[in-house]
Amino acid sequence: MRFVRFLFDSVKETLKGGPLYYAWMAFLLIIMAFAARSYIYQLDNGLIVTNMRDQVSWGLYIANFTFMVGVAAAAVLLVVPAYIYHFQAIKEIVILGELMAFSAIVMCLGFITVDLGRPDRFWHIIPGLGILNFPISMLSWDVVVLNGYLFLNTFIPIYLIYKGYVNEEPNKKLYLPFVLLSIPWAVSIHTVTAFLYNPLPARPFWNAAILAPRFLASAFCSGPALIILIFQIIRKFANTRVQDVALFKIAEIMAYSMFFNLFLFGAELFKEYYSGTIHLAPMEYLMQGLHGHNALVPWIWTAIACNVTAFILFLLLRNIRSVTMMNIGCILIITGVWIEKGMGFIIPGFIPDTLGEIYEYMPSSTEVMVSLGVVALGFFIYTIFARIAIAVNNGKLRYQKD
Amino acid sequence: MVRHLKLLIMLFVIFAFAKSSLATKEYPVPYPPFTPGIFPCMNCHSDLPRNKTKRVLKDMHQDIKVENHGDRWCYDCHDERNMDKLKLANGDQIKFEESYKLCGQCHGNILNDWKRGVHGKRTGSWNGEKQYLLCVHCHNPHNPPFKALKPDPAPIRPDATLLKPKYHNNKSH
Amino acid sequence: MKENKKISFIRRKLLKTFTVAAAAALAPLTKANSAIKDFDFEDFVQKNFKEMTPQEVEKLLKRLEKKYKEKYGKDFVVKATLPMENVEFGYALNLSKCIGCRRCVYACVKENNLSRKPHQIHYIRVMRFKNGPIDLEKSEHYYESEQVPENGYFYVPIQCQQCRKAPCVKACPIKATWTEKDGIVVVDYNWCIACRYCMAACPYMGRRFNWAEPQIPIEELNTNTHYLGNRPRMKNVVEKCTFCIQRTREGRYPACVEICPVGARKFGNLLDPNSEVRRIIETKRIFRLKEDLNTEPRFFYFFHS
Repeated sequence: MRFVRFLFDSVKETLKGGPLYYAWMAFLLIIMAFAARSYIYQLDNGLIVTNMRDQVSWGLYIANFTFMVGVAAAAVLLVVPAYIYHFQAIKEIVILGELMAFSAIVMCLGFITVDLGRPDRFWHIIPGLGILNFPISMLSWDVVVLNGYLFLNTFIPIYLIYKGYVNEEPNKKLYLPFVLLSIPWAVSIHTVTAFLYNPLPARPFWNAAILAPRFLASAFCSGPALIILIFQIIRKFANTRVQDVALFKIAEIMAYSMFFNLFLFGAELFKEYYSGTIHLAPMEYLMQGLHGHNALVPWIWTAIACNVTAFILFLLLRNIRSVTMMNIGCILIITGVWIEKGMGFIIPGFIPDTLGEIYEYMPSSTEVMVSLGVVALGFFIYTIFARIAIAVNNGKLRYQKD
Repeated sequence: MVRHLKLLIMLFVIFAFAKSSLATKEYPVPYPPFTPGIFPCMNCHSDLPRNKTKRVLKDMHQDIKVENHGDRWCYDCHDERNMDKLKLANGDQIKFEESYKLCGQCHGNILNDWKRGVHGKRTGSWNGEKQYLLCVHCHNPHNPPFKALKPDPAPIRPDATLLKPKYHNNKSH
Repeated sequence: MKENKKISFIRRKLLKTFTVAAAAALAPLTKANSAIKDFDFEDFVQKNFKEMTPQEVEKLLKRLEKKYKEKYGKDFVVKATLPMENVEFGYALNLSKCIGCRRCVYACVKENNLSRKPHQIHYIRVMRFKNGPIDLEKSEHYYESEQVPENGYFYVPIQCQQCRKAPCVKACPIKATWTEKDGIVVVDYNWCIACRYCMAACPYMGRRFNWAEPQIPIEELNTNTHYLGNRPRMKNVVEKCTFCIQRTREGRYPACVEICPVGARKFGNLLDPNSEVRRIIETKRIFRLKEDLNTEPRFFYFFHS
């Protein structure tokens, strides 16, 4: 069957490559091997090898999960200009964005898996086999929307790439509905993720209506920033055309998002500090330190500095079309949002805990190693899929009838 | 008129019985916690004179000091007419097994609570007959307040269970 | 041609390096690890307890008793006593009386087979406050003292509040935790995937996690157990106070109620107008913790006048 040949040829394509490609893949595989070892150590001994405890029961894994869902949702910032506005410069690279969403979702599922204490019982969450507490549990909603988004970002790119491989015109009536569905679906995955934290009355730091808008705003800064950086790398090393005008268009959309991100964060600060209720405590812990505990203070202020600087740089991009300035801004915003949405969001939710106790959490080396492994896995998958997509795009990978 | 009278008498009788039934309802309690050999008191006191002067005892019972219970002494509660009984404020004699009536004269709220099972240690079954202890099973009548206890150890702090514990100053929180 | 040879040489070198590094990284896997050793097929395919027929429950209990006998060398009884009719449990705690001696904490540890040091789990936590308002941020959990009660302080023990509107039950994505008919919120330890969402949702620190394999001295094991209660647990599952389900469903008081030396703890059936717990609710000035969260705890606190 042609599809089987497609799979074979794709695998062969991924094995072809220069020394740089091999070095990159070997590097990622080595990280994954060490991460696998750390993960087995974690399975063996229990989650005690992390630094999570009853007081802070979610940590680095869930922080990274939250950040990665944002990255996955950001693919919609490419899909909308490409398919709704038919902006050609973005249309020719949108598939790479969808593949990045796919890799990001794989990383999300990876982070959830390594955070679970009993991943062998994952089948309990499959409706039909196990029990899915839908629609009452917000985690069940997350399972549904994340897997749905995974399906969308698997089906659409593979369909388009396959059609390119066999040199046939893809059927618009088949894939366009899914593409259009992926737009609200992208918004929904991050809204549902925000709704995981939002409705817990036990955690006043998260119990703010502003959470879902904040998540979307920060997602639409950090995800496209990653896209901009990665696409430039692809442009350099993998014979693909990525026009500067596409990157600057994305940057334009990001600037608005950055503003909203800063505005909403400021609104949260105002509400907590001005009302001055006991619910100020987590925010105070984050921004100033609480009762002598201030481990997160340098982190959040770095994040704020990064976010503000990035915003200014992106504003200046309107007049100064400098790719270097854009890249610096991207690195800054990724750092800033990762801190602000990851550790700077999850951990203060638990400090002080529900009984007023402060346990300062910082990730253990096992957690860091396993997290690096999941990230390496995401990059590994993306490299493979991007390689196949580009080869098909360039006409190098085509179905040859014997 | 006669009909009304009959009704009144009937009501009076019922009320009288009801009242007395509350007053004489028995609460099944275990045997009072006497020091071994101390009871019956009349073994010694039947032929001893009764000295009703309030004083510090020198010949016997020197170990019993009434503390933290107001300005009491022996014959405020013990009945000099019959040392095997206690006496209420109105002179009524009660058995040692009914000593809750004596405490309840001043601690009426606590007595009410005790009758409903709200005051006092609960053991046994929550859905069966209530099991009662006398006041004196927990409170020494001569020195009622509980002695302070040494508390059991505090829980381990979460930092102490880290595989690579970082130095933690032992401030609270 | 030379270019290709050079590239394939570098490729081979890199592959070799990777293989060596991967082997070094994964070498510890050759030792049998507990994830593989402890794998039990019947445990793996077990259904959620609520979906089991009585016969399946019987089989399950027998299998567990056998497993516990093998593991600990003691004869266990694992029951699945059903809730009694017309019973909703309620708990009342007299804050005027509590002296913070923590006898309740350790009675619970013994009765419910809680893990001891170093992976210590306590269902009950006693908080000490300076005389004044209950400000949780100013509570002291780790107080040590020669004597209690200490002057100028009062003590508030807290455990799972068995809420009527339990946020943990809402949160669980697989219904591994639910409220039974008699009001006890239970966990099916063999169904829990340890996502810990319920722990994030609980406002009272009522739920604990087995971060490591529980440590219980074998001679202190309580072999009279309930499937949903105090049967020995395993690492990586959530557990919580169950109002001593193995005792209360047979008419006995929870261990914490019985041990309290000052009679501060009261327990009973909220639906029975003659119970002491009803009397307390109807006549004392009761309050519940974090009332504004509307979780409707079945655990009441009061000060007696």
